[in-house]
Amino acid sequence: MIEIKDVSKNFGPLKVLDKINLQVDRGEIISIIGPSGAGKSTLLRSVIQLESIDDGIVEIEGLRIACRKDRDDDEPIDKTTVREGLAKMGMVFQGFNLFPHMTVLENVMIAQTIVKDRSQKEAQEKAKAILNKVGLTDKENSYPSQISGGQKQRVAIARALAMDPDIMLFDEPTSALDPELIGEVLGVIKALAQERMTMMIVTHEMNFAREISDRILFMEDGRIVESGPPDKIFVNPEHPRIRTFLDKILS
Amino acid sequence: MEKLFSITLYILKGSGVTLGLYAITAVFSMPLGLMCALGKISKNKVLSKAVSLYTWVFRGTPLLLQLFFTYYGLPVLGIRWSGPFAPAALTFILNYAAYLTEIFRAGIQSIDKGQYEAAKVLGMNYSQTMRKIIIPQTVKRILPPLGNEAITLVKDTALVAVIALAEILRNAKEIVTREFIITPFFIAAAIYLVLTSVIVLTFNRMEEKYSYYE
Ligand SMILES: Nc1ncnc2c1ncn2[C@@H]1O[C@H](COP(=O)(O)OP(=O)(O)OP(=O)(O)O)[C@@H](O)[C@H]1O
Ligand SMILES: [Mg+2]
Repeated sequence: MIEIKDVSKNFGPLKVLDKINLQVDRGEIISIIGPSGAGKSTLLRSVIQLESIDDGIVEIEGLRIACRKDRDDDEPIDKTTVREGLAKMGMVFQGFNLFPHMTVLENVMIAQTIVKDRSQKEAQEKAKAILNKVGLTDKENSYPSQISGGQKQRVAIARALAMDPDIMLFDEPTSALDPELIGEVLGVIKALAQERMTMMIVTHEMNFAREISDRILFMEDGRIVESGPPDKIFVNPEHPRIRTFLDKILS
Repeated sequence: MEKLFSITLYILKGSGVTLGLYAITAVFSMPLGLMCALGKISKNKVLSKAVSLYTWVFRGTPLLLQLFFTYYGLPVLGIRWSGPFAPAALTFILNYAAYLTEIFRAGIQSIDKGQYEAAKVLGMNYSQTMRKIIIPQTVKRILPPLGNEAITLVKDTALVAVIALAEILRNAKEIVTREFIITPFFIAAAIYLVLTSVIVLTFNRMEEKYSYYE
């Protein structure tokens, strides 16, 4: 479903992703953990093309959406293919990035109408249904500044879901939230997990990651140091670095 | 009393030119300024440099000089004007668009990068992102500086008196020099105050209207 082959990314002299290889299957839920600066965000951002990669290949359901710019041994990247591939993914940011000048309902409708060409009515029905699902029916007409952080993040998730993605990427969806608001957001993500939405989640919520993930990736210095089922990574990881990381975060 | 009335009427006749120049400048300099702002932030180096040169010249030289150049200078180069209004309007549009370019540019660049990223991952293209997400938010942020420009423009229109356009100030001065009374200046001042007050109120209204979100 997601195919990441030998992906590298540099910021100037800094190697942020170092030949990353990863395959994500349909319905698989992957959590990415690791220390700050490991390249977790950059990996997600490279998959959805918020960063352009310097080397390697990214394919979404067989659609090639990124490869090294000067690659000539392969078919060139086709714009339509890229758009199709990107449309299969939704992303949720740590800082929500809601559109402040639009109501909650409009936030969930706007891309449906202008990107997917849905009618106003159709988009509204869909938006209402999804807002209902994330428990925000009563906030439809509020502006983002009028709701709590947990509610904002649920709107952001609803906004992404309204585009019918096959894959959802989450970059620390609860890191900007007060502790008492984290649960409601994790609840929504858990509900998606139950529907077997394919997901890549960068998180520091270890219990949550352990509970919902099929696979945990531990990243450090732009590399995937170890990957495996939660019970293995959390209980008996091969790399001592993971132990120290977990001890630090759990204490 | 009757005299005062006729003086006021004469000066008010000048407000036609003042308001005409005001309206035409406002209507054309805003879209031009917006386009230039988009040009200035575009990745196209040539375009962005060209816009920078334009704003540098028009913001860095006196409006009066620009007015003289268009009205007296361009005819030397073979461009004929049928009257002073067209060159005045052209100068004002170009001058104000230069200031608006900078205001729009600063406004657009003050929008958080996360807004572009959210729009992009939802599949919006550049033009959709600008039209639906970035520019609507920019409008709210630039209202205060825009209001300042709107007031300055009222006062700047008085400059065209020097190229013989019969606007408010020129008409007032004409009576002063002819009849040796200074009342016309007070009347002109009152008219300008009314105009600027209307603008201030209008902008306050707009800022209120946009306060629906934080
Ligand atoms: N736009 C950028 N320009 C330059 N360096 C960057 C940029 N974005 C990220 N970096 C650097 O790349 C490295 C990896 O960053 P990244 O955000 O992917 O880490 P992360 O694992 O998500 O960390 P965190 O847990 O703090 O979010 C860091 O050293 C960071 O400073
Ligand atoms: Mg990060």
